[in-house]
Order: sequence, then structure tokens, then C-alpha cells
Amino acid sequence: MAQATATPEQLTAADGTPLKLSLARAMRRRRLTAFLLATPLLLFVLVTFLMPIFDMLTRSVANPEVRSYWPEVTAALADWDGQELPDEAVFAALYRDLVASKQARTVGKVATRLNYEMSGMRSLIMKTQRKVRRIEPPYREAFIATDERWADVDVWKLVKRMSSPYTLSYYLAAVDLRFDPDGNIVAQPENKRIYVPLFLRTFRISLLITALCLLLGFPVSYLLATLPLRISNLLMIMVLLPFWTSLLVRTTSWIVILQQQGVLNDLLVWIGIIDDRNRISMIYNQTGTVIAMTHILLPFMVLPLYSVMRTISPSYMRAAQSLGAHPWEAFWRVYAPLTLPGVGAGCLLVFILAIGYYITPALVGGTSGQLISNMIAYHMQKSLNWGLAAALGTLLLVAVLILYWVYNRLVGVENMKLG
Amino acid sequence: MALPVYATTAERVWHYVFNVFCAGVFVFLIAPILVIIPLSFNAEPYFTFTEGMLRLDPEAYSLRWYRDFVQNPQWLHAVKNSIIIASSATLLATTLGTIAALGLSRAEMPLRKTVMSILIAPMIVPIIIAAAAMYFFYSQLDLAQSYTGIILAHTALGTPFVVITVTATLTGFDRSLVRAAQSLGAGPAFTFFKVVLPLILPGVISGALFAFITSFDEVVVVLFLAGYEQRTIPRQMWAGIREQISPTILAVATILILISIALLATVELLRRRSLRLRGVRE
Repeated sequence: MAQATATPEQLTAADGTPLKLSLARAMRRRRLTAFLLATPLLLFVLVTFLMPIFDMLTRSVANPEVRSYWPEVTAALADWDGQELPDEAVFAALYRDLVASKQARTVGKVATRLNYEMSGMRSLIMKTQRKVRRIEPPYREAFIATDERWADVDVWKLVKRMSSPYTLSYYLAAVDLRFDPDGNIVAQPENKRIYVPLFLRTFRISLLITALCLLLGFPVSYLLATLPLRISNLLMIMVLLPFWTSLLVRTTSWIVILQQQGVLNDLLVWIGIIDDRNRISMIYNQTGTVIAMTHILLPFMVLPLYSVMRTISPSYMRAAQSLGAHPWEAFWRVYAPLTLPGVGAGCLLVFILAIGYYITPALVGGTSGQLISNMIAYHMQKSLNWGLAAALGTLLLVAVLILYWVYNRLVGVENMKLG
Repeated sequence: MALPVYATTAERVWHYVFNVFCAGVFVFLIAPILVIIPLSFNAEPYFTFTEGMLRLDPEAYSLRWYRDFVQNPQWLHAVKNSIIIASSATLLATTLGTIAALGLSRAEMPLRKTVMSILIAPMIVPIIIAAAAMYFFYSQLDLAQSYTGIILAHTALGTPFVVITVTATLTGFDRSLVRAAQSLGAGPAFTFFKVVLPLILPGVISGALFAFITSFDEVVVVLFLAGYEQRTIPRQMWAGIREQISPTILAVATILILISIALLATVELLRRRSLRLRGVRE
């Protein structure tokens, strides 16, 4: 010990290596062990969850149809200046590609892809491929004779634009914009603008649900936080039970309660508040979505609020009042500011969960209560416009990730509470 | 919240208004769940209380929809699927999540915040995006319409809950116990199974229950990834709600409510046990 203090640079571990080095090595090993423990799950989440999402992101800009199914047209159009009608060589390439893609049964995919950009393209291509046997050289005249739309330069500009491997057109469509024939970005015609209003509706409904959850959750959390633990633990079960009950069960019960022949309407008729013929429609519309989602998301507001309020000592309020503050003033100027971390955490969590909600709006939303998620599902399952579904999904994901980042800064994921 | 004797009239009025409001919120929370239970014993194929039910006429009640449930091969198949998928996903998620939590709770863990936010992501990303993405990706790997695909997807969705609960349990964990075990000659595996695991078990089990209910209740991924063969209970309920077939779904819902009550009670007991083990007094 005395020796060590005399020459501090000479401090060594038992095996003779300098202590500093030995410590650094040990720390590195411990860091590595800690990281290695987390690695299996990290890899698992990467492969089963993050890679699929990344794959979907690439799908939102991928544009393989024209390029892979009409390779000759793509090549022939590469040097086309886009001013006048393409020459015979391009039409000959179109003939060969049409025959090949008809045989390979891929012509429909090209037609659908082009139709997303310009309506009428599908019918043009399908009509032409049906009559392809009758087309003979000179191809240019023959194609134009089959359908005069082939003489339209805009059609060719579209085909050329769509032959590039990547496209922004899905993202443009997702925000109600499109390319005009010359490749400029313009707004969709008024009657086709559906996605921006839907995004706005999703935000509006989510905000409303968040506000309702705060309005209902704040007093309840306050009550739970101020009651003795024995009673509040019992009452907490009432908050946690919905949290643990199947989503579909809760949605079913709202259908049972709110529908026209449902429990609530029956009750109102029986009391005499409404007439039997004027039953209120509370479900299969926005009202239904808002009520059911508020119910489902309320526990996510109460839990963080409660855990923050538990830590606020009641003596603060008493101190404020003894100094002459009116109870209201004491509440607003002393208690409420202290609950802000909980309010922030709860509101962000509810809002994040609300904007991505799918099941409840799909089952009780009718048409006016549909959110952006339902549109994504529609394009995934019904219209099969997967590129657009991926673009809408990516925009929603970006919104959620920004909110998640804020949540992480504000609350920290490691402080998330589950019951 | 007892009212002091010197409270003014305004305070009294406010106090009662406040309590009534809170009672209203509790009714709002719990009534929808309770209303389903009596309706599932309806003798008629309606989703509402019949006059006989209101008169408490025993004739108006029956076990008809429960009988329908246990005699319907589709539902039984769905029950089997749900149990297979949920328990496999739970086992995987709990194992992976617990090991990861052991690393994450160490003071030396590098990049803790980043790793944690990645691991929690499956809970935050909207389920429809996850389901759509998995559908594309798993189809390429031939995992769509297979049990493996759904189990992997549900495992990914369940792990954040395990990570959160187990890390929370480990924050109160006394690390000197590990050092004590090691100084007495126990290897890392022996230390884990004999010292660490028994102490964090309540957290691990709560995490496992969360993972189980996540998978057991999940419908969107199943909608996208499952074929007819892999239909689960929620998937069957989804079909029932969409097509309004019969109150059998009310009977199923009642059974699911009982299951969730049992799970909730277990988690609550475990939480108290965990607090006691860690010496925290409530």
C-alpha cells in the first residue's frame, strides 16, 4: 500500500498488468457481456419485425412492373425525347412485349400499374392485347388503328416515366398529388382528394379521443391517488380489467350497448326520453368509434397519471391553502403543474395508439368513422394497390415515430408502466 | 378524500359532484364488460335483453350459446389454434425477453436507450403497418399461412411487455447477491437459476402473461397472415361480428372475460409478491 502511494504509475493488478489497463479490459468485457445478453432478442426483432417494415418501405418507392414485364419497350423508350410520337422501333418493341407478357400472364399487372397513374390505361392495354394477333407490321399504324389512344404522346410519356425502377407516385397519391403528363407535380382533381382529408380526420378523432381520455382520466386518477391504498387498489381493478379484456370482447359489448336495438336505446325508450321510432344511431359512425376507442384507451391515460399523482405530496396543496390560496388556485398553480409529466406521458401514449388504430374503427366505425389504418387495410386486401398501401403506411409510421421520439425524450421508454 | 367537518357548502357540493363524476367513469369502464355476461345466457338469438330476462323468468335464460360453442368444430379448432400459438409465442418471447432484460438492466450496458427503444418498437408501431409489412415479408419466405409465421410475429409483438416488466423487476434487484453466489463458487448459469430467477420470477411471470394475452387477443396479424387452417378465437369472433351470425360470440366473450379476470388477479398477486420479495412496503 505504501509502495503504491509512492509511485502511482506503477499500480498493477495481481497478474502484473497495469491496473488501469486491467480495469479497462474488465469493463470492456462486462459491457460486451451485457450487450451479448441483449443480442438474441435484438436479432430476433430485427429479422421478424424491423426487416419486414424496411421491406415495406422499399415497396412504397419500387416500380418494377413496366421495367420487368415490358423490357423491350423500356429499352426502346430510353432514348426517346418525349416530344413527338415514338417511331416504329418502339411500337415493334411494344408488340413483342405485349405478346410475351400476354403469354406470361403479366400484362394485367402492367395495365393495372399504368391505370393507377392515368385512368383508361387498363382498358387500353387489355383491349390491345386481346387483338394482338391481328396486329402486323407496320406496327405504328396497326396499333393506332386498333386504338387511337396509342397516338397520344401523353400515353407514351407515362409509359416512359413508369419504366424507371423507382417512383414517388405512390407518395404523391398518398398526399393527394400526382404527376401531370410532363412529369410536374400537381394537385389531384377535387373529387379525388381523399387521403389528406382522411389523415386530417384521423388526427382530429385521435385528438378528440385523447382529450376525452384526459377529461375522464384525470379526476379518476386524482381520486385513486388520494384514496388510501387499500381502497384505491380495489378501484384500480376497475381500470385494469378493461385493460386485460380482449379488444374484440370490448368492441362486441359496445355494439350490444349502442346499436339501434341495443341496450342503451332500449333503456332510453323505456325511460321515455326518446320515441321508439327515433332511436339514436350511436354506432357504425364516428360517434361509435370515439366512444369505443375512448373506453379502450382510457387505462393508458389513467396508469401514467396515477403513478405521477401518487408521488405528489398532499401537503403541497395544504401549504398553498394555508398561505391564502383558494382551493382552485392551489390546484391550478401547485397541483396541476406537478402532474404535467403524467399528463404528457398519458396524452402521447393515447394519441400514438389512437392514430394507428384499426380493429375498433373497422368494426364499429361505419364509413364516417374509418381512420387511415382502415384505408391501408383496404388497399392491402381489396384494391390490392400495395404500393399505395405501403406509402400510406410509411407516412403513418413516420408520424408515429416522431411522437415516439418525443415520448422517449419526455418520459423515457424504460419508465413505461404496465399496471 | 374524506370531507372535513369544517367544509363549506360549496366544498361539499363540489365533493359530491366530483365523486359522482368518478363513479360515472368507473361505470363507463366496467359496465360494457359486465353487460355481456347476462346477455350470453339469452334463450333467444338477440343481442339485447328480452322481456323475459328483465322479469328474471328462468325460461328466458339458457346455456344454448355455450352448448353451441362447445359443439361447434370451427370454434373448437380456433381454441386449439389460439392455445398452440399463444403458448409457443409466450415461451419464445419470455425466454428472449428475460435474457435481454438481464443485459439491459446492467449498469455497463452500452447504448441502453437506443437498444431499449428498438426492443419496445413492436408495441408502438401501429399494428396494421406491422401486419402489412409482415405479410409482404413472410410471403417471400413462405411463412404466410403457416403456424411458424404467426408464432414468430406474435413473439415479436409480445417481447416488449416481457422486457418492460422484467427490467422493472430487476431495477430493485440487489446485485451483491450475485456476487455472493459467485464468491461461493457458483457458475453464471447456476447463479441465474438458483439466485436470480427465483427473485425475479414474479416479474417474469407477469411479462409472460402479458405476452400470452397479447398473442391470445391479437387479430390483425392473424387476418393478414393466417389461412383458414390457422384461425384463432379472435379471428373467429371477428368473422362473427362482421357477419352477425349468432350470440355464440357473447358466450365466447364471457369465457374470455373470465380468463382475463383470472389473469389480472394472478398479475396483481405476483406484483404484490414481487414488492414483498424486494422489501418494498406499500
